[in-house]
Amino acid sequence: MSIVTAEQRDEHKVDLPQLEKSLRHVRTLNSAIMTVVIGGLSVLAMVPLASVLWMLLRRGSERLSLALFTELPPAAGMSGGGIGNALLGTLEVVAIATLISVPFGILAAVFLAEFGPDTKTASAVRFCAKLLTGLPSILAGVFAYGLVVLTTGTFSAPAAGVALALLMIPTVLLTAEEAIRMVPARMREAALGLGATRTQMVLRVTLPTALPGILTGVMLAVARAAGETAPLLFTALFTDYWLTANVMEPTPSLAVLIYDFSGSPFPNQIEIAWAASLVLVFLVLLLNIGGQVLTRRHLRK
Amino acid sequence: MSEQAPDGSIARPPTERELLGDRAFRGLTFGFAWFTILLVVLIVGAIGWQAWPVLQRFGADPLTSDKWDGKENFGIQPEIWGTVYSSVIGVGIGSLLGVAVAIFLTQDFIPPRIEVFIKNVVELLAAIPSVVYGLWGIFVVIPFIRPSCEWLHGHLGWVPFFGTRLSGPGVLPAALVLAIMVLPTVSAISRDAIAAVPPKLREAAYGLGATRWEAIRAVILPTASRGIYGAIILAFGRALGETMALAMLVGNSSTLSWSVFSPANTLAALIANKFPESSTLERGMLMYAALVLLAITLLVNLAGTVILRRARLFPQGAAK
Repeated sequence: MSIVTAEQRDEHKVDLPQLEKSLRHVRTLNSAIMTVVIGGLSVLAMVPLASVLWMLLRRGSERLSLALFTELPPAAGMSGGGIGNALLGTLEVVAIATLISVPFGILAAVFLAEFGPDTKTASAVRFCAKLLTGLPSILAGVFAYGLVVLTTGTFSAPAAGVALALLMIPTVLLTAEEAIRMVPARMREAALGLGATRTQMVLRVTLPTALPGILTGVMLAVARAAGETAPLLFTALFTDYWLTANVMEPTPSLAVLIYDFSGSPFPNQIEIAWAASLVLVFLVLLLNIGGQVLTRRHLRK
Repeated sequence: MSEQAPDGSIARPPTERELLGDRAFRGLTFGFAWFTILLVVLIVGAIGWQAWPVLQRFGADPLTSDKWDGKENFGIQPEIWGTVYSSVIGVGIGSLLGVAVAIFLTQDFIPPRIEVFIKNVVELLAAIPSVVYGLWGIFVVIPFIRPSCEWLHGHLGWVPFFGTRLSGPGVLPAALVLAIMVLPTVSAISRDAIAAVPPKLREAAYGLGATRWEAIRAVILPTASRGIYGAIILAFGRALGETMALAMLVGNSSTLSWSVFSPANTLAALIANKFPESSTLERGMLMYAALVLLAITLLVNLAGTVILRRARLFPQGAAK
């Protein structure tokens, strides 16, 4: 309780015109300008996606026909041709990677979410998984080259599967853990109360309930793997021929085909590269949007 | 659990076999969890083992040399420079855009429905494979920026950054495409960091008479800064290891230059381009480059992960 003099009171008087929200004031003007700048930058950030999609539709659709999916890639200087073997090769390699990474990721996630969520092992595993998400894809290729290609003596689809699986595992693992954690505790308790072992609880209650969330992670991981190129250069390589029953031989893929043809001097091969990109992006976006729809439906429940 | 107990309840204690299965399954999950840790060790080991002969023979010399003849000299200094230089420019541009998007999507500038739309569009940017970005860069970005680059070189050629002509592929087109590729990472993580700022801080700023921009600049961004730095560092880690788009756009020439129009090379692009037709010794040298790349990216990612974890564990501006 101090005595306030008249002058002091005047100093504390609110300057009412200062509060007016008019662009004549520097502060409001500043704020308005920054709003425009931020909005402009955000719109700018969306231009590339629009441009990529537009180019894919315009240049990729030129060659879109049945022949594209049933023929082999054209040799240098030849006309016609398609991406049939590359599409099959991509599917084969991604299928192998999924078969390796999904059981791996889910089992490790079950440990993290159910059996030892607060153990030191669990935090070390989470840390390593996060580090692995930042592993450059080319190093996954180098790793699989040393581990599989050098040991088996040949470039092959399984080698590529190992490389891609390495890139998929962290995504599958981390999203599966998240999904399993979201299963309500009362469902677990009900299962345990009926005398189920923890394993039965996991297999019959937790995992089926968490399935949509787990699938989202798997779809995102598959989408990423399908577009990876660098690891394939060291593992699957490429071939101009159809796949055979023998998996232990070089395997073609859409991604490597796009890379090889992008630097080609022949317009026909460049057209094929754009068409292959369109098909690849279509596949990848389909998986991504599928994953997002699945999550949204899961959250709404 | 189909057989019912005499009292009509479906509850019953687990049998001996079920308990055994339980232990086996727990062991299995524990094993796979450990295998994740082992993977990191295995990766470092496998790459280090392949690089070992060259590492023994050349030591640290390749890090400071710029000669590469495939027999005696294996200098990767230009590649290290190109990797860092293109990533710094790319992440600089990408962070500016990414943080702008993050602010735009969290500070009630636009209706929530449009916010969700923009968020999804930016997330889709992350889904486009890098080889497709490379193709797009060759046929769209390079022709598009060429006139402005010519103008800059012609009028401001004395500035070291514009010292050479853009002959096609080069640092700038590569960095621009990198910027687009890291944008989703920056914007997603920064968005989370900004959304985690307690609303009462913003309300307090408004209550003191701050304009929207003043509140963002003086209160919200500083409070979310740790998360945003973490996002930028993780994006940097991604950019350093990005391969295909750079292999297609950076020019693959071992040049040390400040000019953003000059062709250059990066560690990842070097490995990808030289590997298919390399001799045994050269292959060992590429493994050496891979080891250097692994060390750099692991360190950067480690820093980013640790910063983000600290940001999450000790949020700034939260009530004590």
